[in-house]
Amino acid sequence: MTLSLPARWLLRLFMVLGLIFIYVPLLLVLVNSFNSDRTFAWPPHDWTTRWWSAAWENDGARQALLTSVQAGLAATGIALVLGTMVAFAVQRFAFFGRDTVSLLIILPIALPGIVTGIALDSAWRSVMGDLGIGKGLFSVVVGHATFCVVTVYNNVLARLRRTGTNLEDASADLGASPFQTFRYVTFPLIRSALLAGGLLAFALSFDEIIVTTFTAGPGVTTLPIWIFNNLFRPNQAPIVNVVAAVLIVLSVVPVWLAQRLAGPSAGAGRT
Amino acid sequence: MSSLGSYLHRNPRLRLAGLLSAPLLWLVVAYLGALAVLLVSAFWTVNGFTGEVVREFSLQNFRTLVTEEVYRAVTLRSLGVAASVTAICVVIATPMAFFMAKVASAKYRHWLVIAILTPLWASYLVKAYAWRILLANGGPIDTLLGGPGNGPGYGLFATVLVLSYLWLPYMILPIYAGLERLPDSMLEASADLGARAGRTFRAVVLPILIPSVIAGSIFTFSLSLGDYITVQIVGGKTQMIGNLVYANIGAANNLPFAAAIATVPVVIMVIYLVAVRRSGALEEL
Repeated sequence: MTLSLPARWLLRLFMVLGLIFIYVPLLLVLVNSFNSDRTFAWPPHDWTTRWWSAAWENDGARQALLTSVQAGLAATGIALVLGTMVAFAVQRFAFFGRDTVSLLIILPIALPGIVTGIALDSAWRSVMGDLGIGKGLFSVVVGHATFCVVTVYNNVLARLRRTGTNLEDASADLGASPFQTFRYVTFPLIRSALLAGGLLAFALSFDEIIVTTFTAGPGVTTLPIWIFNNLFRPNQAPIVNVVAAVLIVLSVVPVWLAQRLAGPSAGAGRT
Repeated sequence: MSSLGSYLHRNPRLRLAGLLSAPLLWLVVAYLGALAVLLVSAFWTVNGFTGEVVREFSLQNFRTLVTEEVYRAVTLRSLGVAASVTAICVVIATPMAFFMAKVASAKYRHWLVIAILTPLWASYLVKAYAWRILLANGGPIDTLLGGPGNGPGYGLFATVLVLSYLWLPYMILPIYAGLERLPDSMLEASADLGARAGRTFRAVVLPILIPSVIAGSIFTFSLSLGDYITVQIVGGKTQMIGNLVYANIGAANNLPFAAAIATVPVVIMVIYLVAVRRSGALEEL
């Protein structure tokens, strides 16, 4: 585009300032995890790695990590199955109420998390509790899966729109059974979209705190809940710092994976 | 197995029903069902003596919600925060997205997208926590500004600042995606036809920008409206709708009243979604 040179430099400056704004807080957490002071004395006087070993040996944090991984895997599994089914239905069929179905899938992320949370909470108290199903890891998985469906749905739908049905028709013409066609043609076509969608679903579930707060039964502590519970305890601050630093470092992994799978647009947050 | 497969193949309606049944059952029962229970329980009350939920229809909760000054104030404050956060995100995101889509070279652009995406994966809590350290009394921002108490500290301003920080990528990405679809040749054609930068922006860029901004705003607005965690972390004594819901469900143990308060953001978001439906923004989500 024909922008004047000053305009280009102004935009470049804006971009740099924006990136500084985004990254400085994250870098600060990394630096602070090596701060030897128990309190946040700024600037730090001395450096240490002892909080890192203390965090590694912290049972609460380890247990919470395990719970988060379990909830994330279960919610991702459910979201993969349900999201793929709806994506196929919406892309391959024209039916009455199709727009309503896609709105219904978006709704759990378009409404504030606290609404989803309290809705599930009241359903559990008023209905599920009476049926004898208490809150626990199961209710957390139900909550997470509900808003994770959309990420799988979006990824698979985009892939189906791009690939069309020619290859599947050819496979059927050549005499393959529908199951053979799915196994050898359709599934390989959508595999990377499933991986990208599943990765996103897992990350959403792993990070979710509001819905989890409302759906977790007693004794179910995911990593975000653990961090939040320890955030206001001064003597836990160094360990919280290390856990936060680890999560920042780990956030590079899904981006790297998504890059390898499907190009840069594949990791677009909740969208 | 294969005879079932070919039977299904000959019956598209049956296939469709098979594909839709499980997901719809899940979403209608687990999600809409829960929302329905929420709406119904908003009309229940709590017995003041026993603390038991009284399952009888009553408008008491909504009457309290409308007549008491504090709830109106909190609703207006939450709306104000959500609108400010959205506006700040648009102001910061538009030039950044414009630079990424229209100024940066292709190779550079790829890395910028990654740079914007990566913090999305860093935990929400970690980012809010980072700001708790930054804004602490005597923390880095105070030190930068010359000593304890010189920075903004915790409060309403900090809430708006941190929410804008958290949701910024949700605004940059749709705007970037929209601008990337706008062909450079159209901008050149506009310039060749004698339009100045301002005119080109209004006539060519803005029509592309608006649906993207609305798509981004659904997230920045909705996520800010219901937030209570960030408010607890950096908000000081600030109260938003989410905090009221949380307080009523926890300490006050009044689920029906919490449900009634939670209908406020639902109504606001439904009005918002219906209002923007025609802009084509929902297809960009």
